[in-house]
Amino acid sequence: MTNEPVVDWGTDYDIFDKEYIKNPFPIWDGLRDECPVAHTERWGGSWMPTRYEDLFNIARDIEHFSSREVLVAPGGPPPDEDEEPDPDLPEALQDYQPDAPPITSDPPVHTWARRLLLPPFSIKAIAKWEPETRELCRSLIDGFIDAGRADAAEDYAQQIPPRVIASMLGIPKDMAGTFTEWVRGFLELGLTNADLQGEAGRNIYTFLWERIQEHKEQPQDDLISYLLSAEVDGEPVPETHVLGTCFLLLLAGIDTTWNSIGSALWHLAQNPEDRARLVAEPELLPVAVEELLRAYSPVTMARVVTEDYQYNGCPMSEGDRVLMNFPAGNRDPAVFTDPDKVIIDRAENPHIAFGVGIHRCVGSNLARMEMRVSIEEWLARIPEFRLEDSDAVTWAGGQVRGPRSMPVLWP
Amino acid sequence: MMRVRVDGAKCQGHNRCYTLAQELFDVDDYGYSHERNEGVVTPELEEKARLAVANCPERAISIVEKED
Repeated sequence: MTNEPVVDWGTDYDIFDKEYIKNPFPIWDGLRDECPVAHTERWGGSWMPTRYEDLFNIARDIEHFSSREVLVAPGGPPPDEDEEPDPDLPEALQDYQPDAPPITSDPPVHTWARRLLLPPFSIKAIAKWEPETRELCRSLIDGFIDAGRADAAEDYAQQIPPRVIASMLGIPKDMAGTFTEWVRGFLELGLTNADLQGEAGRNIYTFLWERIQEHKEQPQDDLISYLLSAEVDGEPVPETHVLGTCFLLLLAGIDTTWNSIGSALWHLAQNPEDRARLVAEPELLPVAVEELLRAYSPVTMARVVTEDYQYNGCPMSEGDRVLMNFPAGNRDPAVFTDPDKVIIDRAENPHIAFGVGIHRCVGSNLARMEMRVSIEEWLARIPEFRLEDSDAVTWAGGQVRGPRSMPVLWP
Repeated sequence: MMRVRVDGAKCQGHNRCYTLAQELFDVDDYGYSHERNEGVVTPELEEKARLAVANCPERAISIVEKED
């Protein structure tokens, strides 16, 4: 592992390079032309496709590419099997092997684990969360509108997804700040810091385990109780499976959409024509959301090569990590005309921001609803705004890319 | 006459077709899409049918044109 500057992105890329995180687009363009499946030894080593067609093919080839590890970097060495029991962990979790089904599952487990989750995240089921989301956006804006300035990432984008997913799961919304801190510890800062990742993971699992025990005593009308009462082939779903799924929903429900909303506002802050168009034609928002998802796709997931395999001339070995750079695929000129241009009413847009194949993001309907409602509410109240200082915007990247701090001003 | 077809083996429930053209597509409780009205596309919906094809990330939708 190293932080040496990158000379050749095709053979030595660094997904945690600060300039890359800030502006990866020219690097992806170069890779797509010259080395469409790049390789690096950094951060545990990985391959990285950047062309749409390769991402499409690899995502759908579940025989050669497993989802059993989806983080883009290993965090640290695997846990020591002879480790002493952790006194902070509940007894039932001492031998628990953390996972997050179905995102970390392959068939056959993936098939039933996903089928369990699809109904509560269907487009029709998600519609019932729209009023609460809209109310939340309005109250956040109430909190800062008179000041004429806000951090659109910290004060707005970051505040929305944790509260909505907390409501859905049935865990306290007023812990949103803690959840965000844990998720950053696991998925952002923890990717290059095993101790931090381990601690964040233990905090989340322990917290969710306690909530699951409470829900067993007193079932509620929420996702935890839904999962606890579900049956697969006539058997209840194991409690550790419920735990892993709740872990996934909390992490994925928070980190991803927060970044999508932030990137959308970053774009709108700098593009008055697009703002004006969406204010005048709010019915265009669903199409605009797809375009913003395409141009600023936040998520890269990994796959693990299941056996030694030549992919397009690349000698992949069993156990190699492959970074599914869906964001780069979504700017591939072979599929999208003027890919680096945001065309707010782009009509043909088969983007793969939510992945493609059997692991299509289960929360995609929730993410789209949160994006649409949060942008609509912002523009209704703050139709004119700009970045206070474009150099002051900070970005996170690696697994999930988006603005972390983004001060904006309005008249 | 134009018809649309959803390949159920390819659909992964992105819901792009349903969002673009609810006149032509519906989704089940799991989010998987199917054609309404046996896929018949009336002339005023032909453009929407083409958009649904162009936006499906799984390439699951096709258009079949047949002489009446």
